[in-house]
Amino acid sequence: MIPFDFAYYRPESLQQAINVYQEYETRGQQAMYYAGGSEIITMCRVGNIHPKAVIDIKNIPECKVLYQDNDYLHIGSVCTLHQISKSNLFPLLKLCCGRIADHTNQCRITIGGNICGSIIYRETCLALLLCDAEITIFGKDGFRRVRFDSAFHQTLQLQSGELLVSIHIPTWALTARHAHLKKTTNEKIDYPLLTAAALWKDSQIRIAFSGLYDYPVRSVEIENALNNSSLLVPQRIQEAIRCAGQVRNDVEASAPYRLFVLQHTLEEMMEG
Amino acid sequence: MVKYEQKVVVRLQVNNETYEVAVRPSDLLLDVLREQLGLTSPKPGCLNGDCGACTIVVDGLPAKSCLMLAVEAEGHSVLTVEGLNGSAPIQKAFIDANAFQCGYCTSGFLMVCHALQMQYPTMPEECVVEEWLQSNLCRCTSYNEIRKAVHILYHQQDNKYQK
Repeated sequence: MIPFDFAYYRPESLQQAINVYQEYETRGQQAMYYAGGSEIITMCRVGNIHPKAVIDIKNIPECKVLYQDNDYLHIGSVCTLHQISKSNLFPLLKLCCGRIADHTNQCRITIGGNICGSIIYRETCLALLLCDAEITIFGKDGFRRVRFDSAFHQTLQLQSGELLVSIHIPTWALTARHAHLKKTTNEKIDYPLLTAAALWKDSQIRIAFSGLYDYPVRSVEIENALNNSSLLVPQRIQEAIRCAGQVRNDVEASAPYRLFVLQHTLEEMMEG
Repeated sequence: MVKYEQKVVVRLQVNNETYEVAVRPSDLLLDVLREQLGLTSPKPGCLNGDCGACTIVVDGLPAKSCLMLAVEAEGHSVLTVEGLNGSAPIQKAFIDANAFQCGYCTSGFLMVCHALQMQYPTMPEECVVEEWLQSNLCRCTSYNEIRKAVHILYHQQDNKYQK
């Protein structure tokens, strides 16, 4: 059980949602946007957070879209990982979604929650960092649409009260060559020791990682090394590893072991 | 806009019956099912979404009831093992496969398998079965028997259609 009370709101519009948020903010109290809820419930249960209100955004139409037009695939922030996988519209994102938590949880976890939550791995971000995705954000000044990689620096940079509404994937990315490899310490279902996602554009590899650092990242330096056609592939991989710099060193894996895994992952990816 | 600031009476659709229950907005669906509706098939295990012992079916998909607020279930169709009435094909398949030892995980596995059958009326690829079953833990390690039960489930169904 959650050992304290909070208020629950289920707005029908973005404006209603932000009004509730601002109302609590004005009172100096914390309200949280709530979608799949798995992380918020867990953190409330163990006493890490104590929001005064949760604002369930799952009934807001703009957050529920999932469709493709001529230019973009549009994904609402409350679409679940299961919905995105099942739609099979963006194969690389499908692969990312399919390896987050387990299948039952994928039916609840939303893409917005995966991006905005506190768990550092945020594996759906990998696909978005690679494909020139854009996002729509709603806040007190209305809508703003920005490139995902300009708004995501270790975490999604949102102003107070803003919420992620939807994600827009350029159609070229939906059919581009891609690869996804996730390495875990023991079980298949686990946080990543290393997840690498790659997308090819104009025969050039774009690559992003989760688990390598404390945040998901697309590394232009590593991409440049891997795309350096003046070198043989093994030399490119060695150069890429040199570019990786200081990687995570924790109880899951030492930094040298992570680099060892990175080397083999890159070999696998470049062979494929 | 739905607005619940204190304890409130909500209508829940569980096992094709409508219940009116008084809940706090922060009450978990698992606790409400067990303690207020007396439906004890969803089991408290890890309470963290890892073990799957509390799995129920919501609108045809599996959900871990320890990670869902009771107020969120309003307007949705909830199914627990009690709603299978002892007559669901997956229940017979579990018996035929001896797919349990201590039984604590069984109701969660039953609901995952039942939802699998709802989503895939014919036998899906083995990797799909594996993916769905991986959501639940069985510490008695009856995994082979549970997988066998899924095969029996679809085999029984095929035979039924052939007749």
